[in-house]
Amino acid sequence: MAGSIEHRIALSAESDHASLPILGRAHEWVVTVDHKRLGLMYIGGGLVFFLIAGLQAATMRLQLAIPNAGIIAPQVFNRLLTVHGTAMVFLVGMPILTGFLNYLVPLMIGARDLAFPRLNAFGFWLWLFGSLLLYFSYIGGDGLYGAGSAPDVGWFAYAPLTERAFSRGNSTDYWILSILLTSVGSTATAINLLTSIFCMRCEGMTLRKMPVLVWLAAVVSFLMCVVLPPLSAAQAMLLLDRFLGAHFFDTQAGGSAILWQHFFWIFGHPEVYVLVLPAFAFANEIIPVFSRKVIFGYSVMVAASCALAFISLGVWAHHMFSVGMAPAGNAFFAASTMLVSIPTGIKIFNWIGTMWGGKIRFRIPMMFSVGFLAQFLIAGLTGIMLAVAPFDWQLTDTYFVVAHFHYVLIGAIVFMIFAAIYYWFPKATGKMLGERLGKWHFWLFLIGFHMTFDTLHFAGLRGMPRRIYTYQPGRGLDTINLIASIGVIFQAAGILMFLINVIRSLRSGKPAGDDPWDAWTLEWSTSSPPPEYNFAELPVVRSRRPLWDLKHPEDPDWKYE
Amino acid sequence: MSAGAAISGASAYSAGPVETTTLPSRGRVGILVLILTESVFFSIFVAAYVFYIGKNLSGPLPKDVLAPPIVNTICLLSSSITIVLAMRALQAGSIRAFGIWWLATLALGIEFMIGTAMEWRRLIYIDHLTIRTNLFGTTYYTLVGLHALHVTIGLILILLVMIFTMMGYMNRRHAERTDVLSWYWHFVDAVWVVVFITVYVVGR
Ligand code: HEM
Ligand SMILES: [Cu+2]
Repeated sequence: MAGSIEHRIALSAESDHASLPILGRAHEWVVTVDHKRLGLMYIGGGLVFFLIAGLQAATMRLQLAIPNAGIIAPQVFNRLLTVHGTAMVFLVGMPILTGFLNYLVPLMIGARDLAFPRLNAFGFWLWLFGSLLLYFSYIGGDGLYGAGSAPDVGWFAYAPLTERAFSRGNSTDYWILSILLTSVGSTATAINLLTSIFCMRCEGMTLRKMPVLVWLAAVVSFLMCVVLPPLSAAQAMLLLDRFLGAHFFDTQAGGSAILWQHFFWIFGHPEVYVLVLPAFAFANEIIPVFSRKVIFGYSVMVAASCALAFISLGVWAHHMFSVGMAPAGNAFFAASTMLVSIPTGIKIFNWIGTMWGGKIRFRIPMMFSVGFLAQFLIAGLTGIMLAVAPFDWQLTDTYFVVAHFHYVLIGAIVFMIFAAIYYWFPKATGKMLGERLGKWHFWLFLIGFHMTFDTLHFAGLRGMPRRIYTYQPGRGLDTINLIASIGVIFQAAGILMFLINVIRSLRSGKPAGDDPWDAWTLEWSTSSPPPEYNFAELPVVRSRRPLWDLKHPEDPDWKYE
Repeated sequence: MSAGAAISGASAYSAGPVETTTLPSRGRVGILVLILTESVFFSIFVAAYVFYIGKNLSGPLPKDVLAPPIVNTICLLSSSITIVLAMRALQAGSIRAFGIWWLATLALGIEFMIGTAMEWRRLIYIDHLTIRTNLFGTTYYTLVGLHALHVTIGLILILLVMIFTMMGYMNRRHAERTDVLSWYWHFVDAVWVVVFITVYVVGR
């Protein structure tokens, strides 16, 4: 590999990207195996699906704004909520987050690419075509029976509703295939990331000197490797049921509907950690840089993340309290779920410890990170409430649960995705995102988020079930739902500011320079955007903050480690 | 554009100790992680099999139609030994011996697939057990079939290496890649032990 680098440098100097005709440039993106381009394509694709699935959510909120609104039919509502939920998890959350890891991990470990670049491209295209299948179901879902259109079975698709007898047409088949393909693609990415972290680190970067983000990337990749296969296996079984007449989840032939729930949630709960650990990883890089302090408790942070991943494998049945498990089962899963709060608490204290006494700079990435901290704390608290089985019996399948998981998914994960975009956009494009529009984006989105999802907790406490397309007036739900729907307008306005900001910056943004935030990890040591080969000479590392050492030769980190 | 030159070993920044580590090979780590994922994938099918033991609403039942495929099992397990011998020969540089052991592995694997095919033929045409007959049929064909699929993939790769060997392309430099393939083969054999115990011992 090292032998070919002169060749690659010469090559990339020769091909002047900007002068290529548009088709030629598109071709370059299609055939690329470069981890940075693939990472950006994941993020870009994920953002497009974010807008589409967001519009679907907005349509649902429009229908729910007033009682008996009658804007969309019940079947349409069911399809919207299924496709929205599925898309947000598999087409938005996972690709954006793995896209960032794809982009950042090789740069942060001082490597020129991932371990298997072609596998990486394979995973991306698998993901993209899988994603398109989900939306293609709107056209192809009718099938020969002329039934249905898009899938309407909910994102966890409980059996036997998904069996041929109850779900006719092809909508559920598209749902299965879409998830199967995207998760095989994600598994490929995870194998690639894990191998790269073990085998591609630059000289001097021992495991103890890796940035925390890279540690968390390893933990997440491991988690993906063990929780995506159960999902794929369950989808394969369902596919066999639907096409070959097998009976895995066919209750009429003795099959079990509960088995599907177990298989799904064995994946489904850890999936939350697959999504939230990369968000933690971004916080671990951003908070120290904007507090001008090293991260508080590096090894504790890493250990807590490993513990979280481990515990998350043993809590899945807290999604199944209402099934009627044995008391021992309820007790076990309630207790194991509460255990999660220990490593989570440790992490929150460590982030606060990092900020404590630091010279905090409230730039946009830091603002989103602080929002994340507060909201994640609240989401964790409602989570602990739901871990109490009797409380859950009362509130499961109500809007309290919807509010709880959107607090995690938006309040924590989407907020950190935005933080990461503002933080690394300058590296990827060479341009800064605007500060003023960024502030508009942050405040509008924050206000809208709280208007929508704070209120929905109370809708749930008052007994509003989830997955209903309308409700009766005069039950104490009217005002709550109206406020929640108005919040969506604020969120949408925030997203609009973000889009304008991105387009403006790409056209005429302030040049970023190599290291606009005065940061410490290796990606900031190369140019913005980095050349195809990342580093002309592979870096040599002596501490956890190689760039600090470079900028402060009088007081390098390695003296203290 | 600095492009990272400043932080490399060649620059003025060269003070301080550098901890060196030797990194493992990509192929080996990659296959180990793949084996990890595949193990989880298989264990879900095993779980489904075990969960549905004795829950059939109709026959045929495992105890009526299944006989442990002893010869088949011996063949597949001994192919793990022949592939080790093949790898030893390759590392010692003896391509001829490598070819012979490799061919033996291929033959044993093919024998296993023929045995499975005959078992399935008997079950389908004589005992009238298909994937849609009952829960036993559903779980049996998927678990054994999933394993057979992995054997088939392994056999195709082994055949490819066999062709390269016969065309004279094989030499000691390919030992590592071939070894990675042999790890996959060992994994497939190990899975068979689990499948055998689940289907033919516990399940009967
Ligand atoms: C942008 C603002 C968002 C709004 C206004 C919104 C709104 C909604 C609504 C109204 C539902 C249907 C609830 C029900 O009837 O049970 C829903 C379900 C859901 N949403 Fe969102 N959502 C948003 C963002 C997200 C994000 C970012 C994610 C994940 C990353 C997400 C994941 C889900 C999931 C998994 C479901 C469950 C679907 C199901 O019950 O099958 N949502 N959302
Ligand atoms: Cu959970």
